[in-house]
Amino acid sequence: MLLIPCPWCGPRDEPEFSFGGEPVARPVPAERVSDAEWADYLYFRDNDKGPHTEIWCHSGGCGQWFVMERDTLTHAVLSARKPGGAA
Amino acid sequence: MTARRLAEGGRIDRASVLPFTWHGAKLSGFAGDTLASALLANGVKVVGRGFKYHRARGIFAAWVEEPNAILDLQWNGHHDPNARATTVALRAGMAARGVNARPDVDRDIYRGIDLLQRFLPAGFYYKTFFPNWHRYEPRIREMAGLGRLRGGAPDTRQYEARHAHADVLIVGGGPAGLAAARAAASAGLSVLLADDRREFGGSLLWQDATIDDQSGMAWAAATVRDLAGAGVRLLPDTTVFGAYDDGSFGLLERRGAAPAGWAEDRLWTVRARHAVLATGSIERPLVFPHNDRPGVMLASAALQYLRQYSVLVADEIVVATNNDSAYTAALALRDAGATVTVADVRPAPPAIAHAAIDAGIRVLPGSVVLHTIGRDGVRLVDIGPADATSARAATLRVPAGAVLVSGGHAPAVHLHSQSRGKLRWDDASAMFLPVAAVTGQSLAGAMTGEQTLAGALASGHRAGVAAASALDRGVAIPAPTTPRLPASDPIQPYWCVPIKGARQWLDLQNDVAVKDVRLAARENYSSVEHLKRYTTLGMATDQGKTSNVNGLAILADATGRRIPEVGTTTFRPPYTPVTLGALAGMRHGALYAPWRHLPAHAEHVERGAEMREYGGWWRPACYTRASETPAQAIQREAAAVRQGVGLFDGSSLGKIVVDGPDAAAFLNLLYYNDLANLKPGRLRYVLLLRENGVVYDDGVVARVGPERYQLSPSSSHTAGVLAMLEAWHQTEYPTMRVAFHDVTGAWATFAVSGPRARDMLSPLTGIDIAADALPHMTFADGTILGIAGRIARVSFTGERSYEVSVPAGYGPALWRRLMQAGGDFGITPYGIEALSVLRAEKGYILIGTDTDGMTLPDDLGMAGPLRAKKVDFVGRRSLLTPDAVRPDRRQFVGLLPLDPNAVPHPGAHAIERRADGMRSLGWVTSACHSPALGRSIALGMIARGRSLIESGGEVELFHLGQTMRARVVSPVFHDPAGEKLHG
Ligand SMILES: [Zn+2]
Repeated sequence: MLLIPCPWCGPRDEPEFSFGGEPVARPVPAERVSDAEWADYLYFRDNDKGPHTEIWCHSGGCGQWFVMERDTLTHAVLSARKPGGAA
Repeated sequence: MTARRLAEGGRIDRASVLPFTWHGAKLSGFAGDTLASALLANGVKVVGRGFKYHRARGIFAAWVEEPNAILDLQWNGHHDPNARATTVALRAGMAARGVNARPDVDRDIYRGIDLLQRFLPAGFYYKTFFPNWHRYEPRIREMAGLGRLRGGAPDTRQYEARHAHADVLIVGGGPAGLAAARAAASAGLSVLLADDRREFGGSLLWQDATIDDQSGMAWAAATVRDLAGAGVRLLPDTTVFGAYDDGSFGLLERRGAAPAGWAEDRLWTVRARHAVLATGSIERPLVFPHNDRPGVMLASAALQYLRQYSVLVADEIVVATNNDSAYTAALALRDAGATVTVADVRPAPPAIAHAAIDAGIRVLPGSVVLHTIGRDGVRLVDIGPADATSARAATLRVPAGAVLVSGGHAPAVHLHSQSRGKLRWDDASAMFLPVAAVTGQSLAGAMTGEQTLAGALASGHRAGVAAASALDRGVAIPAPTTPRLPASDPIQPYWCVPIKGARQWLDLQNDVAVKDVRLAARENYSSVEHLKRYTTLGMATDQGKTSNVNGLAILADATGRRIPEVGTTTFRPPYTPVTLGALAGMRHGALYAPWRHLPAHAEHVERGAEMREYGGWWRPACYTRASETPAQAIQREAAAVRQGVGLFDGSSLGKIVVDGPDAAAFLNLLYYNDLANLKPGRLRYVLLLRENGVVYDDGVVARVGPERYQLSPSSSHTAGVLAMLEAWHQTEYPTMRVAFHDVTGAWATFAVSGPRARDMLSPLTGIDIAADALPHMTFADGTILGIAGRIARVSFTGERSYEVSVPAGYGPALWRRLMQAGGDFGITPYGIEALSVLRAEKGYILIGTDTDGMTLPDDLGMAGPLRAKKVDFVGRRSLLTPDAVRPDRRQFVGLLPLDPNAVPHPGAHAIERRADGMRSLGWVTSACHSPALGRSIALGMIARGRSLIESGGEVELFHLGQTMRARVVSPVFHDPAGEKLHG
């Protein structure tokens, strides 16, 4: 059970959070996005071993999404910050 | 000779006699006994049958490592089908039976299966029964396995959960753990000390010791008193079963007998800033032929039975060992009056042998047990040279009721390994030891390889100091002291007797012998993880606590590798079994997910509604009258709506208010349909897609004002839609000025539906609901029976319908007044099931029933918005892929069975017969008898469905071998022109 530092609420137990996966840029406009680019956006993830950037939502708390860096090998939480801003 | 209780001694209360039964026979023990010690004290030898070969098995250990004594236990109205007798505290009235035997362990009808053993090698079941395992499984399962549940009766025990924080969690209350707790507590830290036994003290409970000039147990008791005084939280009878991320641990506390309603098991989640692991070690057996006979027992276990429970396991004892630790047991048992012979595989007698000989113990260096003899229990023991290659090499036959084995010790590194701590093989001690503590933990005592009390106390104190230092505190008290003892002689690793053919058992719980491991190695299962799965070595409830190291040493030998090259299997939580009940705690039944109730719940119940759960809501399925079946009620209710007027409680329909200057632009980016051009006062039916284009939800959106909308997602998707709006707003469009509020619970909503709905409702409301004033898909605010609310002209039945919404508190009153006012119109309350029939007659989809995780809007015949709307709404790009525009996609259709009385089964496949068999063209998604049409109807998703509608095609429906034919038609069976809806 991770101890996750919500940028708004402080450290809270993992069960209060929802995992949102790797942040991926949404390719637009639709007319200029190839099928392959779109499939890449929808389905393909790097799934890095080691430090990994993810988005999480404090769904059982403040309801806010944030960016978290986590080591997928050691499970160590490396950092958490508000989207587009500082921790 | 069998085990017996001695006249005095032991940590038991002889004044408190506890009666219990074993296979119905009345026995008794004392308070302080475990079930196992009480069984031994009563001379019970056979407690179980081997998992696979049904050989007789006796009690082998004294604590969590016990592989054999897994019993069926009843007490106090409770039932545990897999109780480990060695850890169960005896209670008055317990009824115990053996498992995996019929009718009981002494007369097991399957015992003869052992004669077939040469035909049942490792992997036998896989090799013989796959791929047709399903045909053989029931019979094999009956013969194998452990306890069984009784008739699906619910677990009657109570469980609860606790959460706690601590500066330091200390796991293990033996000498090392107590020394660590003392040090950490002296530094002013909040300390939580857990031990899985009833009493703190660990090995001091059965080993002679002097600490700080007191006896070991006197020191332990004084230390525990001091700790309690210093505010240390003490959790005896508590197993720390798992180490998880960021210093969290799972603990199972057993709180013992108590009044009804008392939670006996308590699950703790502890978050500790630092943890000290002082978990001790587990003795591993010495392996020789026929080493599974009842009476063969770990040497440390016999010592525990003697010292803790005053049970002498036999009057004539053979000790088989390769290390010094077993001599402690030999000396204690000799002192208790037993005749003891020690077979020590080490060719040179160790120093401690002299003390043994002086005490009258016969010591045979360079010797090992080659055979045990005795039906259902050891009677005679053959001893011979440790390098014997045949049982005939035996030089001595001695009478013995017990063979006590010690092959060395395995540090209990489970929690360290679960924390991703590394292990190394230490040749000198023949142990896997922690390389170093992981961050946030300190290690102490026997789990680090310390084999002396002095070492345990010193390392425990050091661990307490390290914990304090990690938390910026200092320790001023000195470490506890104990007299130094002479060093012991080294262990000589010895993994099995080099006799071929004889069965030398490794894993007693899973019936795995040395030859099974060798066979697995020959068949190239040389990875220890593969070995485990192939032979089942180390599986099941003891997880190989006594067998893993011996097993992998054999594997190393068979594959010509060294033990560290073979390595260990992964240690995973839990350390000992945790009941599902304890994990669930109070999260079951209504406490798991509380029902949501409609505001007019009581009114429905009073009217005889059959209440069922729909998406977390407790809603009326139908209002069954006396002399009516539910199926008849559903047909009556649906017909009444078509002919007169019905009343439906739609309060569970979601209501999400979307506010803000950018509300229109934002919703246009989310929803499939255009919402920017929706005028205030109007409603629109909409789809919400996932980014992969699949229809996630449908619903109705009201534009309340220029900057305000109200969404009505389906009842079970409201939370999901709200989460999706938030996620897209926060992560993709954070600068848009828009906010969302779920107001579902604030409103009671009733649908008045049917040709007479307007006549009935008009006199009750100040809102003009005339056909031209409030046409289909519009709404207006005003009063209803004097209550401020809203009327929306929207229909899920296909009839003229008005959704009346008022604040939830007025719901019960409004329901009663509407029923009253509707009396003259024959108003009929209708439930979800009738609504489901009505919507099917109109071809209205039910998300998740008629759609699935592949359904795109065009599959439902809703291609318009994609063509008209130029915004990059969620899922838009996915609708332009080759797969989305494939001509042979499944499309939403109506199906009319040629037999109008036959209702197809939802899920029935539409099939195409070809030379190579049947192919599915799609399936039925909904089906019912339609009261409006007086015949059966169905909806479905069928490949090229729309062209089949045009051509008047037929399909063959197949379900569980039965077939029927159906015509493919438009899904709108009733009022296709919508005259009733708009009228
Ligand atoms: Zn938060």
